[in-house]
Amino acid sequence: MTELKPYRLSDEQIELRDAVRRLARERIAPRAAEVDRSAEFPWDNKELLASQDILALPFPVEYGGLGADLLTVCLAIEALSAACATTGLILAVHELAALPIVSKGTPEQRQRWLPDLAAGRTLISFAITESGAGSDAGSIAMRATREGDEYVIDGAKRFITHGSIADLVVVFAVSDPGAKRHRNLSCFVVETNRPGFSVGRLEHKMGIRGSPTAELLFDAVRIPAGNRIGDEGEGFAVAMSTFERSRPGIAAQAVGIAQGALEFAAHYANERIQFGKPIAEQQMVQGLLADMDASTEAARQLTYAACAAIEAGDGDAARWAAVCKLVAGDAAMRVTTDAVQVLGGYGYLGEFPVERMMRDAKITQLYEGTQQIQRLVVARSLLGRS
Amino acid sequence: MRIVVLVKPVPDTTGQERLGSDLRVDRAGVPAVVNANDEYALEAALKLVEAAGEGEVILLAMAPAAAPETLRKALAMGAQRGVLVTDPALAGSDMLTTIRVLAGALRRLEYDLVIAGADTSDGGGGVVGAGLALAVGLPYLSYAAKIEPSADRVVVHRISPVGYDVIESSLPALVVATQALGEPRYPSLKGIMAARSKEIVTWSLGDLELGDLAVGGAVATTAVVEAHKPPTRAATRVIREPAAVAARQVVEFLTDRRLI
Repeated sequence: MTELKPYRLSDEQIELRDAVRRLARERIAPRAAEVDRSAEFPWDNKELLASQDILALPFPVEYGGLGADLLTVCLAIEALSAACATTGLILAVHELAALPIVSKGTPEQRQRWLPDLAAGRTLISFAITESGAGSDAGSIAMRATREGDEYVIDGAKRFITHGSIADLVVVFAVSDPGAKRHRNLSCFVVETNRPGFSVGRLEHKMGIRGSPTAELLFDAVRIPAGNRIGDEGEGFAVAMSTFERSRPGIAAQAVGIAQGALEFAAHYANERIQFGKPIAEQQMVQGLLADMDASTEAARQLTYAACAAIEAGDGDAARWAAVCKLVAGDAAMRVTTDAVQVLGGYGYLGEFPVERMMRDAKITQLYEGTQQIQRLVVARSLLGRS
Repeated sequence: MRIVVLVKPVPDTTGQERLGSDLRVDRAGVPAVVNANDEYALEAALKLVEAAGEGEVILLAMAPAAAPETLRKALAMGAQRGVLVTDPALAGSDMLTTIRVLAGALRRLEYDLVIAGADTSDGGGGVVGAGLALAVGLPYLSYAAKIEPSADRVVVHRISPVGYDVIESSLPALVVATQALGEPRYPSLKGIMAARSKEIVTWSLGDLELGDLAVGGAVATTAVVEAHKPPTRAATRVIREPAAVAARQVVEFLTDRRLI
């Protein structure tokens, strides 16, 4: 059993969160419906996040970042996602995809890539999933063949968030086909302007529609050996340690989506008159709203506690990451579904934001490991098996 | 280019009650924000210093002791430092005293330009800028839609009923900003973090050479005699129909009341 680390938001964290909240409310929320409808990446929002240093949050100070801890990054993701889940995901992906460079990169690799990422001049995406390797990341087929001072990358990745717009892609490929499962993968940074790299199909999605999800094709893409992150064979371990810090980001996105839906539903309930009074005066509506609030708050507190524990170096970071993503993803789905219920037929219409939030919430139960994978991680920790 | 910007912490206008039982603004009970018009003045000052490539923006406020919390928000936008004049004796001061005290503070500062907001959302008097120019002996350039300083002159486009007047003066001078100067920026996260370590100097009345100036509510030349809540409005009717249907209903609504 792991210890709960006490946490309390610092004055600085509250100030940063409130600044992001204000930006989200005034600048990002008004664009959210259009981003969803057009299914186009909101470059203006990305520029806004860059100019306000929000994309700099997760990066070390020496590379132009703000050196924020995991909890602070999650506060920002939550605040953005309450307005627009697609925009919250811009920060979440930027943070998670750069993690292998931040945590395992050499000083030279960090110096090469992190300053541009921290300034938001470049975007990065994280490519582990393949059509035949989803939850089972150990069955990756992409090959990385060493030739002198280079690796030649061959294969395809699928479901890659920001894959079509990123300047850098972090890929996981088999570098030693003879090695045991989980020991045959290595992690590489591939610049997307290299010959042989191309974008295949772009997925048509239920939610987070402004966020491009791409198939990436690698046809004998040559990269310098210096683009490998960590040692040969260390790829699987790099990926798993990334999830320990990326899943709380998705939990924060889920909490944000839930909060956005809760606030809209409560506002609507106070305005909508039926039977001669606001529906907020109906006990059944109050019950729905109270449960939504309780679920959202529980998910939020667990996510913050998980961030604090992971940041403090808790020995069971994987469990903390999994429990918060599991609880927050389910809370977001339930709360957004109930928000649609509070609005009744209007909730089902595109002119109100809650149906978008309900569609957006679903992804938080799927990516960064499905809810079933989270349960697997939690159960393994609980039962003392690895 | 050194610019002093007058900044006033005012009660958040999104709050509920704003007057205390003595009919004075309840500064303790309502969270304070930077007066919105002062943010336009600050934005103009920041742009001028950025364009000049050198210099600094100094905030000047006369406010209760808790004001640094609010001034940090203005520092986060990019001002370099703040000066706060605070003294328990100043509570309840009128605009005349405010002018005299701020004039005392300005005499202690070096600057090329003072920029003030058009008015404040709490008192709403709108005369402190003009009075301060008079008290310190600065040229007064009001209602600026554009501010163009040169080495020792400043040209201002002053909004007029038919367009604008081009007025010019020597430096230092006092300019009253308008919203036509441009939207204030959002503080960046780096700005917010940097603001935590920026200097806010606190001066009390004793630090200013004001002689035996009487201050505070007891000598105020103005007083709030009565305050009334605005009359409650009739119930709002919200029309949630497609545009074509909604437009017809709006027209019917207005026609019924002989408004169109």
